[in-house]
Amino acid sequence: MTTIPLPQISPAPHKVVTQESPWARWTLILLALSFLSLFLLLPLVAVFFEALRKGWEVYLAAITEPDALAAIRLTLTAAAIAVPLNLIFGIAAAWAIAKFEFRGKSILTSLIDLPFSVSPVVAGLIYVLIFGLQGWAGPWLREHDISIIFAVPGIVLATIFVTVPFIARELIPLMQAQGSEEEEAAIILGASGWQTLWHITLPNIKWGLLYGTILCNARAMGEFGAVSVVSGHIRGLTNTLSLHVEILYNEYNFVAAFAVASLLALLALVTLVLKTLAEAKVAQQTTRGNHS
Amino acid sequence: MSTFKQHSVLPGFNLALGFTLLYLSLVVLIPLSAAFIYSAKLTWPEFWNAVTAPRVVASYRLTFGASFAAAAVNAFFGLLVAWVLVRYPFPGKRLVDALIDLPFALPTSVAGITLTAIYAGNGWLGQYLEPLGIKVAFTPLGVFVALTFIGLPFVVRTVQPVLEDIEKELEEAAAMLGATRWQTFRYIIFPAVLPALTTGFALAFARAIGEYGSVIFIAGNIPMVSEITPLLIITKLEQYDYAGATAIAVVMLVISFILLLIINLLQWWVRHRSTKA
Amino acid sequence: MSIEICALSKQFGSFTALNSINLKVNPGELLALLGPSGSGKTTLLRIIAGLETADSGQVLFNQENSTDKHIRDRHVGFVFQHYALFRNMTIFENVAFGLRVRPRKQRPNTREINRRVTELLQLVQLDWLADRYPHQLSGGQRQRIALARALAVEPGVLLLDEPFGALDAKVRKELRAWLRKLHNDMHITSVFVTHDQEEALEVADRIVVMNRGRIEQIGTPNEVYEKPANPFVYEFLGHVNLFHGRVHQGHAWIGDLEIDAPEYPEAEDLSAIAYVRPHDIEVERTLNGEPALAAYVAHILSIGPVVRLELTHGDDLTQGAIHATISKERFRELQLVKGDQVFVKPRRLDLFPNHAHNGSIHS
Repeated sequence: MTTIPLPQISPAPHKVVTQESPWARWTLILLALSFLSLFLLLPLVAVFFEALRKGWEVYLAAITEPDALAAIRLTLTAAAIAVPLNLIFGIAAAWAIAKFEFRGKSILTSLIDLPFSVSPVVAGLIYVLIFGLQGWAGPWLREHDISIIFAVPGIVLATIFVTVPFIARELIPLMQAQGSEEEEAAIILGASGWQTLWHITLPNIKWGLLYGTILCNARAMGEFGAVSVVSGHIRGLTNTLSLHVEILYNEYNFVAAFAVASLLALLALVTLVLKTLAEAKVAQQTTRGNHS
Repeated sequence: MSTFKQHSVLPGFNLALGFTLLYLSLVVLIPLSAAFIYSAKLTWPEFWNAVTAPRVVASYRLTFGASFAAAAVNAFFGLLVAWVLVRYPFPGKRLVDALIDLPFALPTSVAGITLTAIYAGNGWLGQYLEPLGIKVAFTPLGVFVALTFIGLPFVVRTVQPVLEDIEKELEEAAAMLGATRWQTFRYIIFPAVLPALTTGFALAFARAIGEYGSVIFIAGNIPMVSEITPLLIITKLEQYDYAGATAIAVVMLVISFILLLIINLLQWWVRHRSTKA
Repeated sequence: MSIEICALSKQFGSFTALNSINLKVNPGELLALLGPSGSGKTTLLRIIAGLETADSGQVLFNQENSTDKHIRDRHVGFVFQHYALFRNMTIFENVAFGLRVRPRKQRPNTREINRRVTELLQLVQLDWLADRYPHQLSGGQRQRIALARALAVEPGVLLLDEPFGALDAKVRKELRAWLRKLHNDMHITSVFVTHDQEEALEVADRIVVMNRGRIEQIGTPNEVYEKPANPFVYEFLGHVNLFHGRVHQGHAWIGDLEIDAPEYPEAEDLSAIAYVRPHDIEVERTLNGEPALAAYVAHILSIGPVVRLELTHGDDLTQGAIHATISKERFRELQLVKGDQVFVKPRRLDLFPNHAHNGSIHS
């Protein structure tokens, strides 16, 4: 028996009609990556490089001197007040908007986004107009020896303003996508409103909640413009990390400025990592419903 | 209560809506209205003079001009980046995707001093650009660079999901009808992402107009040349010219509101597009 | 528990979802609400459950007005079309939920809860899935868990919204038989919504046929199928042939075909439509003296024990072709092939004089 040789089939060049030629593909990739390197990667590298330009000792000294520590404390305080408040607001707003049909709903949804479209400087200014010396409540506050502007309360208020939308705008679409059937089922089975919120709704939105909280926290700790207007820049007292960077920079203390800035850049990197993780979980939670 | 709210068995509507409205009013709406009420202290000619002084007008020109240019550059590169991220596999793609949001996460003062360090005359790139006659830091060009940085994620993040949703069948159909790749992009893909692209552009533009932190370090803040409008508000405030500062703030607020309205309409357009198909 | 619905109406904007509905569900009965989409059946079910409110009218449980009762106090079990299982809880926790959220005083202890949940999971034959999460289950399994969860609180009434709507055909058939059996064992007053007539005919004790917010007919499966009250029910339930004709003084004519119509002795040359089920069409090769309609065999479809014939017919007495179902035996006898001429006449028909045919068949 002789074997008949099979005809040699050379692998046909894999050509998909909906794909560009490799040449075009790599040009586009390179173009995109160069743009991103120039505008994203380079600044990121520069922060850490400039911060460590004079070595670790100078770096550590810059971030452990008393004014820097005071700035860290104030930044954490402002975030610790603003984030939980906006968290509660976000849950309440999302519950009302996602679970109910009522008139004026779309207007309310746009109003929640309002702080995003207001310049941070204007956000600071409006609090000065209310609580500042020349403001509405100014005389009354001075009489009672309460300071809000150029003091910690002003910084907290400005921080709250600029971070109001973060959690709500994350939760609203998520809860709308999940629908209300699970909550209705819980109520039919005899659960109270709080039991439903605690056992059904919150577990279902936990990753979205985390995602919004991470973004809210990043902005709360990093806010500059709004806080700058109300702070008064009193070293050791009303200086947040972001403002401290500015002060050091304007004093030509570049290494210290970049050292403090590198802390904030680290915070940004941690934020990006957590955000990426949470994002994947949110996608899972949206699709892995009963409908899958 | 008639038809204000549709019936639902879920409890907590009054509590949730009540708290939402109270919080929003106290934190956002009442303070914002303060700006409008305060500006009413000025007579109309006073207001008009405050917001049309030559230095102010120059700042508008810079703010809007640089914001527009930055948003336009971001529209182009944002579309390109979104395209590359959605369509092509390449090493390190997930890392790049995560890094896109850096401008959202990085405090603006950090961005400001870093960009300055890069583009100053003796800086990382500045030392090479300066001999070529390109001055970036402390010029309007620097403002443009800072605004490009902070607006970068908007276009990418609005276009990306739309590109992901485009049905492959549409492109295959176009190819089978004889369209070249470029024609397919021009007549099929581009029209589909146009609403999202416009939305991303508008978002980047709106953000750039109000931006302060990342700009003031690199701008040099020379009156009539590289002074942005938000900085002018702060300058007036530091001179205790509350009325003048408020007048400019009101102009900016009105523009923000108009942009917000436009963005809402655009987003409606995007949704409408995607549900119609 | 009995359910009584009195003059219930519901409006969504300008759309009338329910138009003065009256209905009584007997204790222990399994009732189907059957109708096309938009007929109001789901709205009715949700109002009975308390998920929606009616604009007017009452819902009575055991003669007691429950219209304003909170959903928690109605003791209804509800099975959602898409199950609405709690995705963050295991199957066990899902079924236990209704017991665990009871006020401390009425709450069974942990061991009792475990016993009850295990029992229910055995009842739905899924006790081996107790530690899984809903997304790990198939559609049919989820449906059974949703049912077990609803039963855990020992409801007086069980309401099911399109219980098999989201399942594929085979699982659907299995679950239908299973639900019927479960109901026979438990005898809990149950109402389920469906748009699938076969499902309603097979499972329910009684069927309520709904259309455009009204009840068209209430009856046992046999009654609604064999004696439809009006053209809508006729067309909605099962395949049917429609003939245009006339009625005159106790006689009806379809073309040249004369049929006795003793129910209409007074009729004076009225236009009428007649419905004939495909299995009530008699097919002959030759005229045997009696009047019949001539037709041609256009299509032969042999399915199992029966053969479906599609017959074309010259006049415009019918809507499209005439469909006839004959036994395989009869088919062999007739030795039909495509193109043959045959003569048909209805063995049994229902006449509706003066009915302008609305031309809408939904299924």
